[in-house]
Amino acid sequence: MISDEVGYNGKVEGDVIVTKADAVINWIRKHSVWPMPMGLACCAIELMASAASRYDISRFGMEVMRFSPRQSDCMIVAGTVTYKMAEVVRRIYDQMGDPKWVVAMGACASTGGMYRSYAVMQGVDNIVPVDVYISGCPPRPEALLDAMMKLQDKIGQEPSVGNLRKPKAVFPR
Amino acid sequence: MIDDDFTKALLDKNSFLSKRESIDCLTLDCPADQLAGTTLSLRDEEGFELLVDLTAIDHGEDAELRFSVVLHFYSLIHRGYLRLHAPCLDNENPSITSISAVYPAANWHERETYDMFGIVFTGHPDLKRILMWDEYPYFPLRKEFPLAGIETPLPAADVVEVTKASVEPAPMMGGPFVSSSDGVMSDTEPRARDESWTEESEKPS
Amino acid sequence: MSKTVTREISIGDVAARASEATESTDSSLMALNVGPSHPTTHGVLRLIMELNGDVIEKCEPVIGYLHRGDEKIAENMTYNQFVPYTDRLDYLAPLANNVAYALTVEKLAGVEVPERCQAIRVLVCEMARISSHLLGMGVFGMDAGAWTPFMYTFTEREKLYTLFEELTGARFTTSYTRIGGVARDIPDGWLDRVRTFCENLPKATDEVEKLLTRNRIFLDRTEGIGAISKEDALAYGLTGPNLRASGVDLDLRKDKPYSGYEKYEFDVPIGTRGDCYDRYLIRIEEVRQSLRIIDQVISDFPSGLWYAEDAKKIFAPPKEKIMTSMEELIQNFMIVTEGPQVPPGEVYFEAENPKGALGFYLVSKGGGVPYRLKIRAPSFCNLSILEKFAPGHMLSDITVILGSLDFVMGECDR
Repeated sequence: MISDEVGYNGKVEGDVIVTKADAVINWIRKHSVWPMPMGLACCAIELMASAASRYDISRFGMEVMRFSPRQSDCMIVAGTVTYKMAEVVRRIYDQMGDPKWVVAMGACASTGGMYRSYAVMQGVDNIVPVDVYISGCPPRPEALLDAMMKLQDKIGQEPSVGNLRKPKAVFPR
Repeated sequence: MIDDDFTKALLDKNSFLSKRESIDCLTLDCPADQLAGTTLSLRDEEGFELLVDLTAIDHGEDAELRFSVVLHFYSLIHRGYLRLHAPCLDNENPSITSISAVYPAANWHERETYDMFGIVFTGHPDLKRILMWDEYPYFPLRKEFPLAGIETPLPAADVVEVTKASVEPAPMMGGPFVSSSDGVMSDTEPRARDESWTEESEKPS
Repeated sequence: MSKTVTREISIGDVAARASEATESTDSSLMALNVGPSHPTTHGVLRLIMELNGDVIEKCEPVIGYLHRGDEKIAENMTYNQFVPYTDRLDYLAPLANNVAYALTVEKLAGVEVPERCQAIRVLVCEMARISSHLLGMGVFGMDAGAWTPFMYTFTEREKLYTLFEELTGARFTTSYTRIGGVARDIPDGWLDRVRTFCENLPKATDEVEKLLTRNRIFLDRTEGIGAISKEDALAYGLTGPNLRASGVDLDLRKDKPYSGYEKYEFDVPIGTRGDCYDRYLIRIEEVRQSLRIIDQVISDFPSGLWYAEDAKKIFAPPKEKIMTSMEELIQNFMIVTEGPQVPPGEVYFEAENPKGALGFYLVSKGGGVPYRLKIRAPSFCNLSILEKFAPGHMLSDITVILGSLDFVMGECDR
């Protein structure tokens, strides 16, 4: 006889799940991360390719690429951050609502990449706190998806309930 | 066709132009004060309607005439290019007439040349920086400006307050490693072009 | 019972609105900043606009948010070391940039590449053109509100990426050409796969056309919008499809052919009205013409070497010789450390890139490192006309205009 019990039996336990609040909150958050694509340069093309049909980012619930920072959770900095653009990136990061995460996609966003010159900021972590760094020039869409999965793991371990009571420290430097 | 007859006719009409040796297209030297008139005649009489490129070269701090502006024109009728070299007379504060009234395409090109070299184009409607931010104090493509950059404050004050970031010189780690153009092999071996400093050790002064 | 009130409102055309706008002096204008980070996917361009209601009175583009210092970097890199930087100029068609740069340096060095190398370069240039136009038109449809063409064109581009990856090792940002040839020969069977791709592409292009070309909404949004006159286009230095849409017959592949383009037969579409719809039609037609060229290249593909054999101080010898023979080893060492030795002089070379005419002005004082390299970017010149012809349009036309100009900020700012 095929068992049709999934996880738990509603008739026995009722429609009540007992777990940690952290587990539920993090589970909800990590499966619907809405990225804000800060697509600056060539990595933006691989970002768009990962949103297209072949490397469907929609499988992870992340196809909602909102260009408004107020509606997004995660800022994917894809491309070279120049000093002229740095203040714009920071302002947009400030406008995002908590909880928020930043993914530095590609070599240029992580450390300045191959552009060691007077105009390029050597890594976006000089100006925003970064959660996941992706290497590659540009990283393949599979690498971006792998990074988003790592971000999901990271979100899964966050002390969300603790953060609800006191605000997250803003950019400790 | 841009052949010898055309060149001869052009040089006869404008005696202040002189021909320069070049491998790919007709290249002429033009004195700075005749630039506006020459470009006007090129557009109206000779059929060079398209200004393809306007840029400058820095010949080094020791050169007699340090900056020269280089213009490229294309003619649809003759199907050919023409290059014009016009040196700036002053080495400390280089300036030359703007040709944006004759060729509107020159507007942005001249802004970029001012941004990168510091050459002032007199008569330009709105000469301000285009690629770097407005308050940037240096001219990056001059030969004495290092590739890594010079420390300057970031343009946005509120961002600097929160993040304490500034425009820092890029860590060259002793590189870029390129060789000089001539000399014996021990001289042309790749050496650290820039002064060697890294994120750990300071630049030796 | 309610009384209906009818009021007549006449909304004139673009030219009438523009003249009206300049006449009124007492309207308070609204300043709108379409910031560097904005919903249209055109990269980091900032527009400082002044609006009179919905009508644009002044539109000033601010660029430089992606200025990475390529020209200064070029003065500190050997010629072959600079090839990856050329990839990232127009990052939608990197192979075309690679070819243009290699041709410039080879022109100064006086190197002639064999026929097979020329055919490979033409082939990858045309594939890059298809890739760039497909993305341009997919994103153009998305700017006008249509999401599906974007997905269709990206699927076709993924097939192109697979082909590029097999040939060069990278999906895009290929760094495929070297001074004096290309990095490696084409793999076995690759030409057949390209042919299969080319047989399937017309169907996909037809699908995109079916969605957009006779679409009522698309026509309303693009016809008559953003018209650039012939004189303006020439005066502002436009090149490429934007110039051809305004009626000027200038295609460097036909007028100043390079790398063997004179052997192939193809047509160049020229527009009549110079509006956004014309620019879209021209790009779609150019994709079909590129397929024609690719067909001709594959059917008559020359055999031989993929590099210039006699370019002793410029192109490194093949690997088997380097590993076994002393002289080739020294040659390779010199070329890698000191760079390809190019004689002193200056040269300017332009190639017909998908965005327009990409030019490189190279000044060399001998040695393996350029003295000055100026990159003449087509997107830089294409954008400069925006200030002239945007006033008079409505705010919602701006996205369509930007999409039709099809510029890339990586190239514009360098």
